[in-house]
Amino acid sequence: MKSAVVQLPGLNRDRDMIAALTKISGKAPVTVWQTETEIPDVDLIVIPGGFSYGDYLRCGAIAARMPVMQAIREKAEKGVKVLGVCNGFQILLEAGMLPGALMRNASLKFVCREVKLEVANAETAFTRAYAQGQVLRCPVAHHDGNYFADAETLKAMEDQGQVVFRYAEGTNPNGSMNDIAGVINAKGNVLGMMPHPENLIEAAHGGSDGRGLFASALDVIAA
Amino acid sequence: MIKARVTVTLKNGVLDPQGKAIEGALGALGFDGVGHVRQGKVFDIEIDSADKAKAEADLKAMCEKLLANTVIENYTISLA
Repeated sequence: MKSAVVQLPGLNRDRDMIAALTKISGKAPVTVWQTETEIPDVDLIVIPGGFSYGDYLRCGAIAARMPVMQAIREKAEKGVKVLGVCNGFQILLEAGMLPGALMRNASLKFVCREVKLEVANAETAFTRAYAQGQVLRCPVAHHDGNYFADAETLKAMEDQGQVVFRYAEGTNPNGSMNDIAGVINAKGNVLGMMPHPENLIEAAHGGSDGRGLFASALDVIAA
Repeated sequence: MIKARVTVTLKNGVLDPQGKAIEGALGALGFDGVGHVRQGKVFDIEIDSADKAKAEADLKAMCEKLLANTVIENYTISLA
């Protein structure tokens, strides 16, 4: 399966993401710059983390209005998988491709630590390598990860299994509603999450719990 | 030249951790009787036109498209 990594000024997790995708799929992803209006034929588009446009205005707000986002939206409508991690998640929300918003952490502090993540829906294209309810280790590093959606939207998302990851075992680092760490769109091909699975894929990282997400999305699950 | 001020505030019911911290800090400074504090953003925007109706329509579009995230924020527009 082929993948692409989007690059914007201020994103800084793109190299980690490229390394993870290359190691897990055996193929280096293509990179796509923010001004590009066409994206090559790929199966997975990843918007990595960082601080696009210095987090000015709102995290992800300016990036979400760049030309490449229209191209990503069109690909998503055709069923191509899209993954947004950290700032990538914020960008997908600002672009209106996922419901809700991410607010400043309840503690008002930047959090950089490891959390426990529960797989709340193991039947998505991104999580089928995991078991339902499996608890993963995963690092987080963000200032605005406090997920918010109005009561009606939240209920609909919970009912439809759109909450894919939850902070588990009391490790919610940001005050996020319902301990939400990651959500998927109704169609099931656009996933946004605050934690960084790309930073836990091999022994050198101290664990490989994040590997299953890429193995699922890239269709390289070991038999 | 039209000068406009756009004010963006959080919707009611949206938690405002920064407002809460400011509220606490005001109390700590000894200001009594401070109730809820909600923080927001102000944009002063100059528009090179004399057409107020068009400016207002444009400002509304700017708010909807960029200045406010209408999932969590409200906005008001005032022209000088």
